[in-house]
Amino acid sequence: MRERTTPLPGTPLSDAAVHQGKVLTLEWPSSLRYAWDTGVAVGRFLSELKRGRIIGRRCHRCQRVLVPPRMFCERCFHPTDAWQYVEDSGTINTYSESHIRWDASRIEEPILVAVIEIDGASGGGLLHYLGEVRAEDLRIGMKVKAVWKPAEERQGSILDIRYFRPFDSAQDRPA
Amino acid sequence: MPARVAIVGVGHTAFRATSPGLSYKELMFEAATRAYADAGLDARSEIDSFLTCSEDLAEGTSIFDEYVPDQIGGAERPVYTVGGDTIQGLATAYMQIASGIVDVVAVEAHSKASNVVTPGELHAFALDPIFVRPLGFNAHAMAGLEASMYLGASGTTREQCAHVAAKNRGNALANPSAAYAAAVDPEDVLASPPAFAPLSELEVSAPADGAVVIVLASGERAKKLAGQPVWVRGIGWATGTGLTAGVDGGSADYAKAAAEMAYHMAGIRNPPREIDFAEVDDSYSFKELQHLEALGLFGHGRAGAAAAEGATARDGELPVNASGGCLGVGQLFEASGGQKVAEVVAQVRGQAGPRQLKKAKIGVAQSWRGVPTATGAVVVLSHD
Amino acid sequence: MRKVAVVGAGLTRFMRRAQETGPELAWLAASRALESCELNLKDVDSVALGSAPDAFDGVHMKGEYLSAGAGGWGRPVIRPYAGGGTGVLMPVHAWFNVASGLSDVCLVVAEEKMSTCHPHPQGAFLTIFDNILERPLEPNLIWIFALEMRRYMETYGIAKEEIALVSVKNKRNGLDHPSTHVAEEITVEDVLESEVMVSPVNRLDISPVSDGAAAIVIAAEDVAQRLTDKPVWIDGVGWNLDTAYWTNRDLAYPSYVERAARMAYKMAGITEPRKQINVVEPYDPFSYKELHHLEGLLLADKGQAPKITADGVTQRNGDMPVCPSGGLLGVGNPIAAAGLMKVCEIFWQLRGEAGRRQVPGQPKVGLAQAWGDLMQVGTVVVMRVD
Repeated sequence: MRERTTPLPGTPLSDAAVHQGKVLTLEWPSSLRYAWDTGVAVGRFLSELKRGRIIGRRCHRCQRVLVPPRMFCERCFHPTDAWQYVEDSGTINTYSESHIRWDASRIEEPILVAVIEIDGASGGGLLHYLGEVRAEDLRIGMKVKAVWKPAEERQGSILDIRYFRPFDSAQDRPA
Repeated sequence: MPARVAIVGVGHTAFRATSPGLSYKELMFEAATRAYADAGLDARSEIDSFLTCSEDLAEGTSIFDEYVPDQIGGAERPVYTVGGDTIQGLATAYMQIASGIVDVVAVEAHSKASNVVTPGELHAFALDPIFVRPLGFNAHAMAGLEASMYLGASGTTREQCAHVAAKNRGNALANPSAAYAAAVDPEDVLASPPAFAPLSELEVSAPADGAVVIVLASGERAKKLAGQPVWVRGIGWATGTGLTAGVDGGSADYAKAAAEMAYHMAGIRNPPREIDFAEVDDSYSFKELQHLEALGLFGHGRAGAAAAEGATARDGELPVNASGGCLGVGQLFEASGGQKVAEVVAQVRGQAGPRQLKKAKIGVAQSWRGVPTATGAVVVLSHD
Repeated sequence: MRKVAVVGAGLTRFMRRAQETGPELAWLAASRALESCELNLKDVDSVALGSAPDAFDGVHMKGEYLSAGAGGWGRPVIRPYAGGGTGVLMPVHAWFNVASGLSDVCLVVAEEKMSTCHPHPQGAFLTIFDNILERPLEPNLIWIFALEMRRYMETYGIAKEEIALVSVKNKRNGLDHPSTHVAEEITVEDVLESEVMVSPVNRLDISPVSDGAAAIVIAAEDVAQRLTDKPVWIDGVGWNLDTAYWTNRDLAYPSYVERAARMAYKMAGITEPRKQINVVEPYDPFSYKELHHLEGLLLADKGQAPKITADGVTQRNGDMPVCPSGGLLGVGNPIAAAGLMKVCEIFWQLRGEAGRRQVPGQPKVGLAQAWGDLMQVGTVVVMRVD
């Protein structure tokens, strides 16, 4: 680009121009729908969630327990060897407080989210919500425990866990 | 002087109408495991680069590239995705090897078409959003339009197209991996309910699930491996004019351009003489004939008669779609081209079992990305 | 190995919302790139087309839809794809096209039209998350940045004020870029006081979605020498994708960027990147990412990128100018086009044609890097002028 004084091409429009119909537009609502086969690993993971448990897969070569479970170990590229239950508690690896929804709209009550390293898994984490805690009290390294939906409400979904809450193993009763 | 590049390993799952017990990751892992075992290579230390071929909306996940590396051995390795079909992926792998910076590349593609609940909506999304989609017809109707154009311009008859459908579905009976094998004759095909005129239902391929992984290596590397390499003599790909832009009498210009590129690289001057067999796209019956003519394997308007006379049957002079093609195996999204390459490799190696052709030293695999695209690729593979 | 050079480049404006369709945007950039080196479409052997998720445009197989606008008519076209890494993946892929001998001239076009997605393009990002284990949580894209940013900050004891300096620098640099729609003079306080989206990310830490296109022309050595007396050689390419299981990874450090960089450095014969690379365009969709990536590129020690920023090393007149273009924060973020814009910037910087953005000292070696997927992919090119 030799130094140009002519502006670069492109015609900016304002959002208002579109929303107020000043520009001809054509809308097409999306109704694309999918029904994904969960497969062996995630299928079992979901059915265990329904039972109130978290399960992983073991790779004996790498000496790792993988959560979320998978039938292959991506490190050594062999099939994983066995199912292994892990705890429903863990440690916060990182966390955040969200003031926006998935569609960018603002929410009144912020959502607390975290990557939680599950006890018993090899550095394996899950993305999930945090609850029963204030944002300002959150710390990396905090111990948390899953709060489950009651059995009759569980469907075999990651949402069978409502959220993770701070957990002091000395004081808390087991789940 | 084109670079020496060979296919040293192929693996695939069965191709089935549904695959309910397995996730797409598990299908990919199976295909990759088979391919690397076939090649005699360790995934984690002996493959330099990985390529996958997919489209987000077919998967229902945006940036699907994210989810590919682990189950093909590519975690923490050079991996990227090609928004195109398997043979375009193979072309990319070929270019990577020919450029000199990698020696071994794995190419993956799969279909989980059964997981798309709204296939009509998916295909509609590929149509031009302003000029075509609002008309609200099923995207397959564009194949019907093109079929009319092709039949008119080439003099091909509906009966000849029906022969193709019967041949391919029948060929699939000898293919344990095929989803839609059937013993039907051309009369059955013509009698099947009308789908997108002039095409009847049995002339339209149905979707199937499955995964394919193909391993390519430089000539130097290939020679050090135990198995028999199948050489990439030439490869080409092109995007041409779409249907609504006015196609030249329904002539698949993209296939012609891709073939020219591949033949030029392969030093092939007389395709019908030098090529022993072919696996070409037959997503719709007439496409096989149209593609054969575009590939120069039959003269303009001659492929239909040749098919009806048995020239393209398994025991004919130029067997086409011995595997069953898309009509017999199933339509596999971007993996369709991969299935064709897998068949050509098996034939050239003499490992096609009940489908083994007598003359299979040089084969062609050709793919088309389907309605509404004018994109396709061609690869010429040979024994030496 | 066949020598390959960038010989031409072109950009459109980057806009929050463009009137032009995707193919039209692609054409505007592609034709400017061809004009810049006095070529016609007939001189082009192959096309590499890049664009990030189809969900934004609402077109399936959108590469086919964009193709004609990018010169992809009657010739070989491939659409390489690596999410946000696409913009720098493009020259890597095009390099194979030409270095392999299959092509002498490759037209590389990156286009993005995110505004098509209603009500807000950000909603389309919901679909990048794991279909079964994450999407039901309804995550916003910014969550993963916020989670990574916090991990980075806490691992190395970095304060928000230090990170905010990147937004200040890049938004100021962007004032000199003709494509910009987001450049402005701001202060650290402005960043810290801007609306908290997802803590610790504030509004001014983020580059917003945009529409726009960029294009370059890549040619084999003999063609390049005929077309220009200053071909910009592609000396090194690197690319690397980490595991999809991002919740199993150490988010404090982008090891996939390091692996991609090492690939490119090895190929380019770069043994001391901090000394040998004169100008850098790392991917900066968020302020902390510039720092994160500088460390992954081995241009700063782990946790030390904030310090070199505070010391002014990364200013245009510093020892190692970073994002002299203004980057994504200063120019805009039409995903694939933004990455390729960085390659255009290195091209112009090395030829002394960056006008008011020109870094002093006649830089000879430059690097562009992009990033994307789930904190997963690094793509790197090292470029050099004789």
